[in-house]
Amino acid sequence: MINEGYVVAGYLLTFLGLGAYAAWILIRGRRLSARVPEERRRWM
Amino acid sequence: MLADARLVAGKDLRIERRARVATNQVAPFAILVLVLFAFALDPDRGILDRATAGLYWVAVLLSTVLAVQRAYAIEATDGVPDALRLSGLDPAAVFLGKTAALGLQLLVLEALLLIGVTVLYTTELAGPVLLAATCLAATVGLASAGSLYGVLAAGLRVRETLLPLLLLPVVAPVLIGATRAFEAALAGAPGDGWPWCGLLTIFAAIYVTFGMLAFGPLMEEL
Amino acid sequence: MTQTTTTLTGAPAHTGSRGSRIVGILAAVGALALLVFALVLSPADRIQGEAVRLIYLHVPAAFAMYGAVILLGVSSAMWLRRKSRGWDVLGAAAAEVGLVFTGLTLMTGMLWGRPTWGVYWVWDARLTTTAMLAILLAGYLALRRVPASEESRARRAAVAGLLVVVDLPLIHYSVDWWRTLHQDATISTTDAKIDGLMLFTLFLAIVVAGLVLAWLLIHRFRLAWLEAEAEEGGLDRALAERRAEAEVSA
Repeated sequence: MINEGYVVAGYLLTFLGLGAYAAWILIRGRRLSARVPEERRRWM
Repeated sequence: MLADARLVAGKDLRIERRARVATNQVAPFAILVLVLFAFALDPDRGILDRATAGLYWVAVLLSTVLAVQRAYAIEATDGVPDALRLSGLDPAAVFLGKTAALGLQLLVLEALLLIGVTVLYTTELAGPVLLAATCLAATVGLASAGSLYGVLAAGLRVRETLLPLLLLPVVAPVLIGATRAFEAALAGAPGDGWPWCGLLTIFAAIYVTFGMLAFGPLMEEL
Repeated sequence: MTQTTTTLTGAPAHTGSRGSRIVGILAAVGALALLVFALVLSPADRIQGEAVRLIYLHVPAAFAMYGAVILLGVSSAMWLRRKSRGWDVLGAAAAEVGLVFTGLTLMTGMLWGRPTWGVYWVWDARLTTTAMLAILLAGYLALRRVPASEESRARRAAVAGLLVVVDLPLIHYSVDWWRTLHQDATISTTDAKIDGLMLFTLFLAIVVAGLVLAWLLIHRFRLAWLEAEAEEGGLDRALAERRAEAEVSA
């Protein structure tokens, strides 16, 4: 049925989208952490 | 403080009188928008009549962006901001003055546009009291939001594209309220429109207050 | 060069921590449970059919969106009071994560609307206000990207961030009022009587969204902090190089 298609699309896009965003944050976080000296990496 | 505000307003209006940007550029632009809408919407098919209120206020909004752009561009080139900062004037007064000057220019623009729709769209200006009140309330809101976002984007090189993106979503309630009020007035049912005028007044009050509070820290950016 | 004393030694070369890991695991487990409940265990709706399962994404996304926006407002206000970088960075993180959830809210809303109303978009109060919020947040993030000194950028962003929060109820109220005058029937996303299991699934979804929001905010905040440090470090390095050149040539 057509309705299921929308549901699947919605869940796929949501989980993949959030996953991609999370991955981007983590990867970029690692890259920048390497460039910043240890004592200045965190806020507290 | 009101005296200071009048001082700043006078300065802004005098700069405008000398530069004549509002009269030479913004006003023709506003009329141009009306004409463009007529091209797009075919006056003979009645869409223009029904959409007059909305088109009018879209024209006002677009012209407001232009007016704000120019107001802050002129300032930036003359070293005025430093003078303002050093003058020791209360930032709230500076804000009120700039808002008043911008508001006055917008009111003139709106009057011109009213003539424009009367002539170009053959609109009958029914409910003049509501029309006038709407223009007044909407203008205070537009001018205060415009002054506030103008200084927010002041001095940034991308100001031309950033200011519309920042300002226009914010004044969407003005567009909604003013259009509904105008529609009610033009349709001969002003009773429906006065509540919308009330919304405009609330918007104006919020933005004038916020502007007076936020202008202090922001003046460093001028 | 003198040795700098550090209060925090051995900060890891990534944005994770024990706290964020706990939140992350809870979120992941919760998400799995949500998938089971939303897609398998909970029933289809009498009227909406299977499309109702998208509500378990749409409503929680909206909650997370509003949570992020409130955080943006709070951190903007706090920066204006304390002027510390932490609040500025938090605002940046909150705005971006908020924009992501706004996009999700819109996307799931449209995918839900197509089978239910027959169209991807209707100009109802909620969707319209959400679209406006997306634009407001995009504008805020664009403002943050304009090159300026850190304090100048933070000041502009703080005022702009507060204005987003101040403006949102104004926009919502005026759009809502406008659309209720034009609607023949008010569109509600949920039935008057909700099946108990569906209600539980909805609550579970909201909790999971909260966990995901927290995890994303923690990591995005730390990333934004690193970005600020890297930018400052870049500036410092450039100045040091310039100074070194001056000494050599002197």
